[in-house]
Amino acid sequence: MHEWALAEAVIAAAQQIAEEEKLKEVREVTIKVGELQGVEKDILQFALSQLKPANFKNANFHITRAKTTLKCRACGNTWLFNEKKLGKDTVEAIHFVPEVAHTYIKCPKCGSPDFEITEGRGIWLESIKGVR
Amino acid sequence: MVDPRTTIINERLKRISRIIAVSSGKGGVGKSLVATALALTLSRSGCKVGLFDLDFTSPSTHLILGVKDAQPKEDKGIIPPVVNSLTYMSLIYYSHDQAAPLRGIDTSNALIELLAVTQWGELDFLIIDMPPGIGDAVLDLIRLVKRIEFLIVTTPSLLAFETVRKQVALLQSLKVPIIGIVENMKMTNAANVQDETAKLGLKFLAEIPYDAKVEEAIGDETKLLGTVLAKKIKQLVASNAL
Repeated sequence: MHEWALAEAVIAAAQQIAEEEKLKEVREVTIKVGELQGVEKDILQFALSQLKPANFKNANFHITRAKTTLKCRACGNTWLFNEKKLGKDTVEAIHFVPEVAHTYIKCPKCGSPDFEITEGRGIWLESIKGVR
Repeated sequence: MVDPRTTIINERLKRISRIIAVSSGKGGVGKSLVATALALTLSRSGCKVGLFDLDFTSPSTHLILGVKDAQPKEDKGIIPPVVNSLTYMSLIYYSHDQAAPLRGIDTSNALIELLAVTQWGELDFLIIDMPPGIGDAVLDLIRLVKRIEFLIVTTPSLLAFETVRKQVALLQSLKVPIIGIVENMKMTNAANVQDETAKLGLKFLAEIPYDAKVEEAIGDETKLLGTVLAKKIKQLVASNAL
């Protein structure tokens, strides 16, 4: 239930934005989760539904998945993250701290661990809609 | 697009009375040993203490503590295990003692992730073992942790103290509290660090002589607490100078 902690962060951030935007009620929150972190969508959805405060009572949480793109800084190669090529323990370690991908993943072309996670790292709050 | 994780960090840390970053301008001054000895000493004095190794690319507190099979639990976040009476967190649980070659952005992201999801519970002190210098970890802690305080470790070397001077200038300009300076690995009676600390308007907390026995104490809490280094830290804790 590591997702619970992330859901709390989403609610706190969304609440802060709602206050800044002077929204009386929040109706829709769109969240993007990167494949690298492997957040369980159902658990996140459940945690969000349990944690939502009164002004989020009628809010829908849309969770979309983003593919993870990695780009090698040494040779410029770009590739997609594929957890099936990794062991269960490694996938779990990356689930908790995506940056340890640099410990376990190497550029398939040149073998360097010096790559950039250009897209699809972890969790992002993409948009929030509500009524003033 | 908003990164939601930073919003929750101070909520996660709210039940911790004091958060002390043990820092240095240069590497190799004994910062991790001082941080670990400080955490263990505070714990032995009856406080609830956490130790967080933020030196992601060169972690060493797990070796000093002799951490073996400990792993965090997952329950509405990550609950660090208790090791030698310390609530202990490190990236090594996930990198498993292999190299973690991280650039600045990755260091920041890993730091934010662990601050956002670690459930420390109630603590009197959280001691943070910092990487050397004034890079990403220092800047992120200043940016993200409201109640951060710094304790700076140096050696008598002019080279080490010059980097401390820069770190102090940065922290003072940002009005970040500095508890004081610890001089480690002292081999003469020279008082230059003490004098320079006074000129910076800071408290000189302790001078620790070079102690060859420290190396033999790595991985053994009892031996570590018997070193001159730990005895000096004990005096510092007892003096209420923290």
